[in-house]
Amino acid sequence: MTLRRRYARDRVVVGITAVATFVVIAPLVVIILYVLVNGVGALSVDFFTEELGSPSRAMTGRPTGLVHSIYGTIIIDLLALFMALPFGLGAGIMLSEYPDHPLNPPIRILAGTLNGMPAVLIGLIAFSLVVRPMGGFSGFAGSVALAFLMIPIIARSTESVLRITPWTLREAGLALGLPRWRVTLSLVLPASRSGLITGVMIAFARAAGEAAPLLFTSFGQNYMNTDITRAMDSLPQRLYSLAISPYPHWHEMGWAAGIVLLVFVMAIFLIARVVTARFAAWIHDRMNE
Amino acid sequence: MTRQDLSLLQVDEVTVAAIRTPAPRYRRAGDRVFSTAIVAVGSSIIVLAVAMGVILYRDSALTFSEIGFLEFISGTGWNPVDGVHGSLPFLIGTLATSAVALAIAMPVGVGTAIFSAEYAPKPVANVVNYLVDLLAAVPSVVIGLWGIFVFAPWARNAVYMPVYQWAGENAQWLQPLLGSPTTYNITTATLLLAFMIIPYTMALTRDAIKLVPTDQREAAWGLGATRWEVMRVSVLPAARGGIVAGGLLSLARALGETMVLAMLIGNANRLPFLPFRPAATMPSVIVNEFREAVETLHFTSVMAVGFVLFVMTLVINLTAAFLQRKLVKGANRL
Repeated sequence: MTLRRRYARDRVVVGITAVATFVVIAPLVVIILYVLVNGVGALSVDFFTEELGSPSRAMTGRPTGLVHSIYGTIIIDLLALFMALPFGLGAGIMLSEYPDHPLNPPIRILAGTLNGMPAVLIGLIAFSLVVRPMGGFSGFAGSVALAFLMIPIIARSTESVLRITPWTLREAGLALGLPRWRVTLSLVLPASRSGLITGVMIAFARAAGEAAPLLFTSFGQNYMNTDITRAMDSLPQRLYSLAISPYPHWHEMGWAAGIVLLVFVMAIFLIARVVTARFAAWIHDRMNE
Repeated sequence: MTRQDLSLLQVDEVTVAAIRTPAPRYRRAGDRVFSTAIVAVGSSIIVLAVAMGVILYRDSALTFSEIGFLEFISGTGWNPVDGVHGSLPFLIGTLATSAVALAIAMPVGVGTAIFSAEYAPKPVANVVNYLVDLLAAVPSVVIGLWGIFVFAPWARNAVYMPVYQWAGENAQWLQPLLGSPTTYNITTATLLLAFMIIPYTMALTRDAIKLVPTDQREAAWGLGATRWEVMRVSVLPAARGGIVAGGLLSLARALGETMVLAMLIGNANRLPFLPFRPAATMPSVIVNEFREAVETLHFTSVMAVGFVLFVMTLVINLTAAFLQRKLVKGANRL
């Protein structure tokens, strides 16, 4: 093959891969633009202050909104985060700070497996574990489901962040006579703080966008409810119900829910990206000292 | 003070004691308390994974004993009113949508990964990586929303109807194979499914390409290879295991993706599934039937669908984990 043909082939591959990239990026941009444009048009003050109510409420033009879904999302997600944090962080610490523990290989593999498990199955488990014994759908059951979802993600990100934290830090602490648990809690965790926070935020964002597990646990409802032992509404799940409903008014509101959800997830994602970049730079500096 | 007393103390007091009087015994106690707690908490992942399998099996046991496992996965009828529960249509729906989605996502995802890792200038590569990661973070209900109101109606009017009409005029035998187009159908759902798993394919391929040692590229450069030849001769073969593992993990994602399919596939429980007609997958059936499953056998059958899905994703995930371990070990050896 002549050199010219080899270069030509190289350029063809550049073209093909560039087209592949465009095929991925273009629809994403289109989707985001659609959600932004339609969502902004559908947003109003009522959206953030009123509850949904029955379909007739929207059809007769009375004010409706999704304040109860937003409230439910915040409560369910935060509660899930608090439940998942100790387990996720603990597992991550175990994997990185006790690297010789015999349980580590199975934990690592199972964390990966749970991470790849369909969220809908997590909903089924939470139904059997929480909803049935408690005798009914509840916001609490939704939190448990989302916590199950977050734990393996937090565990994996915690492990990878702690692993890139320099060993010299631990050695310095041990040389000062600190016991291992103090080294972990007072040196390693604070030093890798921003990386840990990033991982937790990514897990949070992922759980916040999930609708499937909540369908069988927090169930959803059209009115404000502050009691977590009863059915609660949440944005992703409400978005699904609105989109498949037969009412045009509710479709409008679905776009509004879409923009709130998308902006929320994108904001978390953006912040996490910035924090990660800082953390990487910080580690880089320490390694070079 | 005995060791048992110590373990009853508040963590803060232990902390203070450890600093002021660094007696070896106290320190050992603190370490023991901490490592016990950490191991207990870390083991929760094992408990959770085992509990998932056990609970799903327990709750679907009635279906397997009443209907039989093989009959359940090979039966084509699903009619809860008559107590008929065969999940073959959903199994086929899931496998067909996932396989086609993967077949679309693989070349596109690998292409995007090669472009961002090898060809694109750094700033462009950063933007591409950022957007692809963002795509992974977009909630599937939001993509489903766009699918329902924008993509599905557009695809039916602009693509499926013309194709169907063309078939009517030029190749009549094709029409019954395609089915007259509905707004929500298996093709639309599969296309969006492919779009949703691309970020996983792309990110995992990118990681696998990055794992290939620089020496190996330099060897090819040194022989005078072009960029594409470097990729083809030294990078892609070395990254093959990781790319295959990435494909498997994407496949697992596709099998389990729920909301987009539940929103767009049209939910038809009966075979045959035609490209332009509605169908159903295992997750979409779980979403649609679970809340209405009041009868015991109906409920356990929905759970049984979940159990079969669990086993499928488990096998795929473990295979992928095995491949990735081999890849990382191989990279370490080089």
